[in-house]
Amino acid sequence: MSAQTLGVRNPAPAHSGLDDVLPLGPPRGLLRFATAGSVDDGKSTLVGRLLHDSKSVLSDQLDAVNRTSAARGLDSPDLSLLVDGLRAEREQGITIDVAYRYFATGIRSFILADTPGHVQYTRNTVTGASTADLVIILVDARTGVVAQTRRHAAVAALLGVPHLLLAVNKIDLVDFDEAVFDRIAADFDRYAVNLGIGEVTAIPISALHGDNVVARSHRIGWYDGPSVLEHLELVDLADARSTGGLRFPVQYVIRPRTESHPDYRGYAGRVAAGTVRPGDEIVALPSGARSTVAAIDTADGLKDVAVAGDSVTLLLTDDVDLSRGDLIASVTDQPELSTEFSVTVTQLADKGLRPGLRALLRYGTSTTRVLVSAIDHLLDIDTLDRVPAPPALALNDIAQVTLRTVEPVAVEDFRPGGAVGSLLVVDPADGTTLAAGMVGDRRAAVQTTGAGQALPGVEATTNRCPVLGEPTRALPSANFPTPGP
Amino acid sequence: MTIASPTTGVIAATGSVPREAVAAGHARGHLRALESEAIHILREVAGEFEQPVILFSGGKDSILVLHLARKAFHPAPLPFSLLHVDTGHNFPEVIAYRDSVVAAGGLRLLVAHVQDWIDDGRLTERPDGTRNPLQTVPLVDTIAARKFDAVIGGARRDEERSRAKERIFSLRDAFGGWDPRRQRPELWGLYNGRHAAGEHVRVFPLSNWTELDVWNYIAAEQIVLPDIYYAHEREVFARNGMWLTPGEWGGPVGDEQVERRRVRYRTVGDMSCTGAVESAARDVNAVIDEIIVTRVTERGATRADDKLSEAAMEDRKREGYF
Ligand SMILES: Nc1nc2c(ncn2[C@@H]2O[C@H](COP(=O)(O)OP(=O)(O)O)[C@@H](O)[C@H]2O)c(=O)[nH]1
Repeated sequence: MSAQTLGVRNPAPAHSGLDDVLPLGPPRGLLRFATAGSVDDGKSTLVGRLLHDSKSVLSDQLDAVNRTSAARGLDSPDLSLLVDGLRAEREQGITIDVAYRYFATGIRSFILADTPGHVQYTRNTVTGASTADLVIILVDARTGVVAQTRRHAAVAALLGVPHLLLAVNKIDLVDFDEAVFDRIAADFDRYAVNLGIGEVTAIPISALHGDNVVARSHRIGWYDGPSVLEHLELVDLADARSTGGLRFPVQYVIRPRTESHPDYRGYAGRVAAGTVRPGDEIVALPSGARSTVAAIDTADGLKDVAVAGDSVTLLLTDDVDLSRGDLIASVTDQPELSTEFSVTVTQLADKGLRPGLRALLRYGTSTTRVLVSAIDHLLDIDTLDRVPAPPALALNDIAQVTLRTVEPVAVEDFRPGGAVGSLLVVDPADGTTLAAGMVGDRRAAVQTTGAGQALPGVEATTNRCPVLGEPTRALPSANFPTPGP
Repeated sequence: MTIASPTTGVIAATGSVPREAVAAGHARGHLRALESEAIHILREVAGEFEQPVILFSGGKDSILVLHLARKAFHPAPLPFSLLHVDTGHNFPEVIAYRDSVVAAGGLRLLVAHVQDWIDDGRLTERPDGTRNPLQTVPLVDTIAARKFDAVIGGARRDEERSRAKERIFSLRDAFGGWDPRRQRPELWGLYNGRHAAGEHVRVFPLSNWTELDVWNYIAAEQIVLPDIYYAHEREVFARNGMWLTPGEWGGPVGDEQVERRRVRYRTVGDMSCTGAVESAARDVNAVIDEIIVTRVTERGATRADDKLSEAAMEDRKREGYF
C-alpha cells in the first residue's frame, strides 16, 4: 500500500501539475452547445448520430441500442435511443429535461446540453442555452420554420448566445432540394436579423442517414459548406469575460487559525469577470471599503494573475470586513448599488411571480430579501413583442419585472454567459427556484446591439454563412403594445 | 462494433482521430477549467450548508473529490467530514488506503457498516449475496441521524444515461428519494441549495468530468490511488462477462473456475459486483492510453448492478442511492 496523503504529490515535483505536466491545451478549447427543436424534428437522432459518427459511443452502449432496436422490430439501429434519458420519457416518448453529453474530437472538447422540444418546456431551453456558446436549432425540411423554431431562436437571443446553427433536417425527404433549403434559410434569417442574433449558419442535413452531420455529404452537391461537426469544431469563440473591471463574488472566508497560519485571512471565490493581479486596488461592495490585493493564493502556490473563470483566494493588505455575499470589484470600474432594478425573467416554477410577492434574491453569492414591485410586460416568445402583463406569471413565461430589495445590491446589466448580471428568485418557504433573471431589459439590449455583441470589447459578428447573405441591422419597432399595469 | 450503416452515399469519415490529439483535447486548459468549477462548487457548499459531508469510499472519484476539497480550502483544514457506507465486501486494499488517507490527513471519517443493519434486522441479505443495493438504507439513515444537509459525491454525468440529467445540486426528500420533477433548473453558475428541514442536497462537483478527464487530472496532480487501479496478477473467475475476485461474499459457485489473470479495476465498489478488466497498464499513463482506445464504458465494463435493467440506476436513485 503506497497511499499516504492525498493532495500531496509523490514525489513532490518542482512545478505545479496542471501548468507543466500536460503541456498541450486542446487546439480549440471547449465548446458548450445546446440543441433545440420541435418534437420529431430529429434532435435525438442528430445527437445520437453526432456521438456515433464522432466515435464517442462505446460498444456496450451501442449493443444496448442494437438490442432495443431489434426488440422493437426496427431494421436499423435507432440512434436516438442513445440519448433518451429517463424512464418517463421513454414511456411517453418525449424528452422532459436537460441532459448533458460529453465528447471530444482531436480539435475540441464538447459539452452538449440536450434540451427538449416540447412546447411547455421553455424553461429547459432557457436552462440549456444559459451556458451555451452555440445553439443548434433543428427544423424539418418539410415544414420549415414554425412557431417553435422562432421561440427557440428568441430564447437564444435573449440569453445572448453568440452563435446559432440552423440545421435543416430530413433534407432526404425533400429530395435534397436546394430551393427548399434556401427558402427555409431565408425565412429564418429574416427573423433572426429582427431578433438581433449575432451569427447564424444554416446547414442542410439528414440526421437519420448522416449527411452533413460529421462527414460532408456528396448527395447534397450544391452545398459546399462545413458539416455540423466541422462547424462546431471551427466556430470562433471570443471570450471577453476577462476584459473590463474585476468582479469577484466572495464565496467563503478562509481562516485556518492553525499554528502554521495563525493570522491568514483569505477571500475564496471565482473570478466572474476581469482579471486581478497583486497590487490592484479594489473596493468591497456593498460596504465601499477599499483595499489592495496583497496576494493571489491557491493550493498550487501564489499566482501573478487570475482571469475570469479561475477559482482562487485573494489576500488583501487591509483588514476589511468582508464575508460571503460581498463583491470585490476594481476601484476604477465598479457596479453601482441599487435597491430597485428591472430584470428579464423566465418563470421556472408553478408558483408565479406577481406584484407584491416576497422572495429571496440570489445574485452572485449574496442572498437578500426581495419584493416583486411590478410585472411590467410579458414577452411574446414567438415574436419578442411586448404584450400586457398578466396578474401573475405562468410557468415558462418570459417577462420584464421590477424587483426591489431592502439592502442595496451591486447588480449590473446581464452579460452573455451569465457570470455577471444573472440572478435567481427563490421561494423562502421551500427553496424552489421560482424564476431566473437577467438584469436589465434584455429585449432592448439584443435588438439595439445584437446578441453577439452585447459585451463591451467584443467585435460585432458579421461572418454569416454565405447562403444567408449579408446581415442587416434591425431597429426596435416603434409601435409596441402599451405595457399593462 | 456492428451497426448497419445507413450512410450509403455519404463520404466516409476520415479514419479515427489520432490518439495524441484526443489526449490533447483533454489537456491543460480544459482540466484547469474543470478544477476551477469543482472548487467553486465545493466552496458554495461550505458557504451555504451547516453539516456537509463527503462520501468517501477510497474509490478514485471520491479520492478526487477529497483532493479538490483540500485544494479549495487551502491552507485551512477541510471543513467537511467524511462518510463511508461499508458493505463489508469492500476490497481490503481500498479500506487500507481509506484509513491511511484519513490518518495522514487528520480527517474525520464516519463509517456506516451494512453488517450492523443486517445484524439488527433492518436489512436482509439478498439471495445473490450482492450488497451494493443494500447501501441505500444505511446511507439515508446516517444522513438523517447526523443531520447532514449536503452530501458530496463523485458521480459524473458521463457514467450513465439517467445521470446525464442529474443536477450539480440535487434535492432529496426526507427519505433520500430523488424526484426528477422536483429538480431545480440550474442556470449559469448559480446553485440553489435551499431545502426544507429533513431534506438534503446531494452535490456532484465532478458532474462535468469524463472518465478520461479524471485520469488525466490524476496524472497531472500525481494523485496516489489504491494499487488495484493498476494492472496486477489476481485470482479471478468469470461471471456475467466480468472478472470477479473470489471471496466470502459468495463466489465462485458451481462450475465457475478460478484462474490467474493480469487485471486492473476501473471502479472499486462492492466485490460481489465489481469486475476487473484485463490490462497491462501498470501506471497512470498506461491506463490513460488504454482508456483512449477502449470501446466499453466504465460502468458497462465493471458494474453488474447497472446491467440488471435498462432503468436500473434510475430506480436506485429514486430510492435514495447515490
Ligand atoms: N427521413 C428522415 N427521417 C428522420 C431524419 N431525422 C430523424 N428522422 C426521423 O424522425 C423521427 C423523429 O426523430 P427524433 O430524433 O426522435 O426526433 P426528436 O423528437 O426531435 O428527438 C424518427 O422517426 C426519426 O427516425 C432524417 O434526417 N431523415
